[in-house]
Amino acid sequence: MYNKALEVNSLTVAYHDNPVLWDINVSVPEGVLMGIVGPNGAGKSTFIKSVLGLIKPVAGSTKIYGKPYKEIRKKVAYVPQRGSVDWDFPTTVLDVVTMGLYGDLGWIKRPGKKEKETALYALDKLGMEQYKNRQISMLSGGQQQRTFLARALVQKADLYLMDEPFQGVDAFTEKIIVNLLKELKREGKTIVAVHHDLETVSEYFDWVMMLNTRCIAFGPCEDIFVGENIKKTYCNQPVYSLVTKNNFKNSYVSEERV
Amino acid sequence: MIDNITYLFKDYTLKTVILGCVILGITSGILGTFAVLRKQSLLGDAISHSALPGIVIAFLLTGSRSPVILLTGALFAGWFSSLCMMLIVRYTKIKYDGALAIILSVFFGFGMVMLSIVQKLPNSRQAGLNKFLFGQAATLLREDIFTMGILAAVSLLITFALWKEFKLLSFNSEFGNIVGFPMKKLDLLLTCLIVISIVVGLQTVGVVLMSAMLIAPAAASRQWTDRLEIMAVLGGLFGALSGITGAIISSSTSKMPTGPLIVLVSFIIFLFSLLFAPKRGILKKLYYTYNNNLKIKQDIILTNLYHSETKNIDSIIQNELWVFDKKLIKIIKKMEQANLLKRHDQSLELTLTGLKRVKHILLVGDSYE
Amino acid sequence: MNNAQMEILILAILTSLTCTLCGTFLVLRKMAMMSDAISHSILAGIAVAYLYTKNIHSPLLIIGATITGLLTVALVEVLKNTNLVSEDSAIGLIFTALFSIGIIIISKYAHNVHLDTDAVLLGEIAFAPFRRLNIGNIDFGPKAFYIIGSILILNILFISLFYKELKISTFDPALAFALGITPGIVHYGLMGVVSITAIGAFDTVGSILVVALMTVPPLTAYLLTNKLKHMILVSGILGILTGVIGYHVASLLDVSISGSMASVAGLIFAIAFIVKVIGVKPLNF
Repeated sequence: MYNKALEVNSLTVAYHDNPVLWDINVSVPEGVLMGIVGPNGAGKSTFIKSVLGLIKPVAGSTKIYGKPYKEIRKKVAYVPQRGSVDWDFPTTVLDVVTMGLYGDLGWIKRPGKKEKETALYALDKLGMEQYKNRQISMLSGGQQQRTFLARALVQKADLYLMDEPFQGVDAFTEKIIVNLLKELKREGKTIVAVHHDLETVSEYFDWVMMLNTRCIAFGPCEDIFVGENIKKTYCNQPVYSLVTKNNFKNSYVSEERV
Repeated sequence: MIDNITYLFKDYTLKTVILGCVILGITSGILGTFAVLRKQSLLGDAISHSALPGIVIAFLLTGSRSPVILLTGALFAGWFSSLCMMLIVRYTKIKYDGALAIILSVFFGFGMVMLSIVQKLPNSRQAGLNKFLFGQAATLLREDIFTMGILAAVSLLITFALWKEFKLLSFNSEFGNIVGFPMKKLDLLLTCLIVISIVVGLQTVGVVLMSAMLIAPAAASRQWTDRLEIMAVLGGLFGALSGITGAIISSSTSKMPTGPLIVLVSFIIFLFSLLFAPKRGILKKLYYTYNNNLKIKQDIILTNLYHSETKNIDSIIQNELWVFDKKLIKIIKKMEQANLLKRHDQSLELTLTGLKRVKHILLVGDSYE
Repeated sequence: MNNAQMEILILAILTSLTCTLCGTFLVLRKMAMMSDAISHSILAGIAVAYLYTKNIHSPLLIIGATITGLLTVALVEVLKNTNLVSEDSAIGLIFTALFSIGIIIISKYAHNVHLDTDAVLLGEIAFAPFRRLNIGNIDFGPKAFYIIGSILILNILFISLFYKELKISTFDPALAFALGITPGIVHYGLMGVVSITAIGAFDTVGSILVVALMTVPPLTAYLLTNKLKHMILVSGILGILTGVIGYHVASLLDVSISGSMASVAGLIFAIAFIVKVIGVKPLNF
């Protein structure tokens, strides 16, 4: 028997009364490298965010190593989408990486020499040491992503949740990230990453979760990542359409809300 | 009561004031619609503050207090300030909100400097300039109404003539470019019209509160309709209503400033719309969200029940306990009442209706496992 | 320069410095316009507290104003979270409504006190030296020194103690949440400090200069620096500069002090803008 790194039970999330995730039941064993794939709007980011408690679900629960997230926060590292922060913020690469340690430090206490060294080590691992004093807006997309990964690395977590780590990065960065993921896996860590590129799924990940509002398929790549499931994930109409057929929907003057 | 009101309308000064407030309400309500839809609500705040140095400088240059001249100054300053904001956002990493704050405070501060220069001038008739700060509807003269009316008429006529273009600009300006409209020029024109509508209201509600007149009626009317045309008309109506109500309350009570009253009335109209609008209102939304979430939960229970082998309530509860905690029993009771399932002691059974609903869910989502 | 003038100058510098400190985090959170909202709506709190105490110098006024400041922030968030109005509309709606309430109360019930409406926008830094702190027969200088001074200390304490928390919850609130640093607490803490600063500065320089001092020097520093510590430092220096130059220009031309300070802040920003954008590179040392 294996330990379960992440258990998700009946997770259902709705935005503005439309379900984005519907009755997701998965349990991810410890030590796997799992990709989440699915079309745009399938709820991939939402899945990660609700595991972290950033989004309140309508129903369902998640447990990490058998405990609710709040109790085991320190074992979890989160790599948000690159676009989620303002890269004009006046700060340097080293500083951003050090932020990963703020949780350990607790309130008020400041990062010191030890924290700096940990951060430098992580930067080195991602080939970013030479950029440590750069203002973050001066980085390329790939370098920004590597900074985020270094920040997650210093957290010394057991479960890594990553939202599109390969989005808009150069080939060199992609290679570095893949090697890092494999190394983390060798160390027995569990990684769950949202992924876009279907061609590289089997190469980068050993497990896969295929998502389109519902969990279409879930398991080891070789069994699950097959033509039929891919078709189901990408070609089917959103399956929730009838669930909410009679429900209240907003309509707007323009697509944007006022 | 009715006598009182008819008396109010016979009062010449009050008639002038009410007329001014109505003109202000209609123009800002209609043009505010575009400002609000284009997420430029606070642009009005910045522009109206920036108008102050324009007014004072126009007075300094001409020595005249004629509304035409002062308002021209305001118009020019308003236009110049929106140009500065555009430059800041385009050429620096400063975001829109920062640009607004810079322009608003610096222009207004400069206006105060100019005002303190004017106040020292010998035999100047500067007393009238202060009223632009907070507005003094009671001092509106026939000449002011005339100027306001012409400005309002011109700006509304242009808006009406270019309705289609402005609609495109607010909704999707890139598309407008492709179709061949000069979107940048239209943008500038619309900003100028918004400046005019602000200038129209300055004497009545003043620079500080003018922005509220652009936002509140439009934000209120947005709640009642999904159509731009209706939204604009309703915005104008709400604006006019706030103007009349504010003016009447202020004239019938002592020491009640008109501007803040108008703003407060328009805010109350907005709050009412937010709560009670038939489609988007908060009450309606709360009701629907509650029902919708309940339905989603029921659907999950039904499909789980359909797939589970034991059909035992304990197994469901065991399974779903962390999911729905205490609410589960409540939901199951509700589902019993709705005749979706039957409960025999510890086991649950899908009724025919329940089974139909499960089939219905599964039919569409045949990939559900 | 006589004693009173010296006192006004010091007050101008203290006020500028205090405002730039919390203003730095305000602009980084893209909440620059919140300074406008808070500095106006606290009038309602002052007015209501005045109605209750009938004393314009009561400390209850400061409490009332702080509560109103926090209320403004909370109401804006509530309105925004309905998804029925956008954030900027919400700001514009809430502060104008509260400001109107403040003005109505003042015009109706407090017409003859110093709380008149002109003072609201402009403050009266020039009168500050007349209100002195006397204990027994000894003159301890203007009261405003002590008010602004303690607010300055509050700002310095808040920012230096919670520097790390402020930084992370401003840069990446989601990560802050995931790490167990509750961004909500930091947020309302900062808003409380901003409100207290606004009321302190409001009394001397008026609501519009509060906006100018909280946003213009920090945004100028934002253009010129790449590190948060440098940004705080530079905006503090620019704030002091604004106070000094603004005061001297005002006394030279005999014009409104707060207006002149806002204009000077704008001028410094314009220079930074030109240097940065048009590419007039400063000399290399």
